[in-house]
Amino acid sequence: MDATINKDTLTAPQIFELINLVKKVHGFDFSDYTKASLKRRLDRIMMLKKLSFYDLKHVLVNNPDFFQEFLEEITVNVTEMFRDPAFYKSLNNQVLPYLSTYQHIKIWCAGCSSGEEVYSMAILLKEEQLSKKSFIYGTDINTEVLKEARKGIYSLRKIKSYAENYLFTGLPGSITDHFTIMYDAAAIHNELKDNTLFSVHNLISDTIFNEFQMIACRNVFIYFETELQERILDLFYKSLCPLGYLCLGNKETIRSDFFRKKFKVINQKENIYQKIGS
Amino acid sequence: MALKSNIIKHWQKSKVLLVGGSAGSFKLILRLVKSFPHDLNKTVIIVIHRKKNFFSEIEKLFAQNSCMPLLEISDKEKIESNAIYIAPANYHTLIEKNGHFGLDVSEAVWYSRPSIDVTFESAAEVYTQNCTAILLSGANQDGAEGLLKLRESGALTIAQHPDDAEMTEMPQAAINIKAAEYILHTTEIFELIQSA
Repeated sequence: MDATINKDTLTAPQIFELINLVKKVHGFDFSDYTKASLKRRLDRIMMLKKLSFYDLKHVLVNNPDFFQEFLEEITVNVTEMFRDPAFYKSLNNQVLPYLSTYQHIKIWCAGCSSGEEVYSMAILLKEEQLSKKSFIYGTDINTEVLKEARKGIYSLRKIKSYAENYLFTGLPGSITDHFTIMYDAAAIHNELKDNTLFSVHNLISDTIFNEFQMIACRNVFIYFETELQERILDLFYKSLCPLGYLCLGNKETIRSDFFRKKFKVINQKENIYQKIGS
Repeated sequence: MALKSNIIKHWQKSKVLLVGGSAGSFKLILRLVKSFPHDLNKTVIIVIHRKKNFFSEIEKLFAQNSCMPLLEISDKEKIESNAIYIAPANYHTLIEKNGHFGLDVSEAVWYSRPSIDVTFESAAEVYTQNCTAILLSGANQDGAEGLLKLRESGALTIAQHPDDAEMTEMPQAAINIKAAEYILHTTEIFELIQSA
């Protein structure tokens, strides 16, 4: 393989061409993804698969199986259990007391990747004795990561790295209390899987599918341009019950004036919002 | 030692200063921050390797010791021209062509998130020659490739002289691949900054 191929990085017009091609051939629209990050992902695919720009176009059109791999690489699937422990602390202190007054608590984790966040919430709800009346929906555009999420089996190496996060949340015991460990893998306890459902949902093209008391969409907006964020905020707004909660990532905020009026800030630092108005 | 006029000119016309450092760079970066005049009129973007959940007081310490405003990097935040930014822990910081910051939680690069390479490479695309980048002490190779991209796009690229670096690997890696246009001693780095 020509070594120079690995050094190829895409130009803006080439990226534009790829976006259009993927839209036409596969029906996935990446045009409102943030460009610097998208470019990194595309450059990375070319490097990993040892493809030139022309090779990449060719396989995207002619190799149907390649697209799933492409989708997996293009969308960032890096996630952690209890990422940002302070967020889980404030969920526990500021949100769960209100959610507990509902008869049923439906939670939507949008962009759930391999399920770590869904199970983190499931653990939190269990510790607060809210498991029985809660249900968590995890959605992602990527079918492969959802398979991982449904399994709920993670490498022990990963669990070790999540253990520190868990410790910082102040929850009792240790993260391993919620897993069955076999050799170098850890499986989430079945009771924590009971109230979860994972399914495909594309935030860009799919619509409302239920009404929720809380929506968590963390570290997804960072990949979207502001206009697309607003379209998705509209979807979230309509999917929340009155006074329902919206949780964004640690560095994500609602920028649009329109939606700033429709959501009350519950925790500025952790970006927890509550739906107001109608 | 007097600096050449070329380097001073390039520094003076730079709109952005990028600083990358890891092990052994913290005190030096703090001294740099202290030395910036309030009207530096450049965007300073600092990427230091830092651990998640390690709630260090870096931002607070820098803010207390800086004459320039220290602003937080969040998603789609507009990049101001006379301000200092520090890449947040557990994210990669990218520069978007429209003058905003972008963040990314993808895989660590050289075991680091934030990675210096990631920020430098995206800065190279956007700032081209209007930028100065300094790579300081560190114990891995992060930043070298990024510095090379910056150099290729016309930026002024500087590596701290390995004799002065507490950890030599990071600046040395940049020097090895000819990513640094200049190799400066710590005193020369300060001299350059003061020449603004």
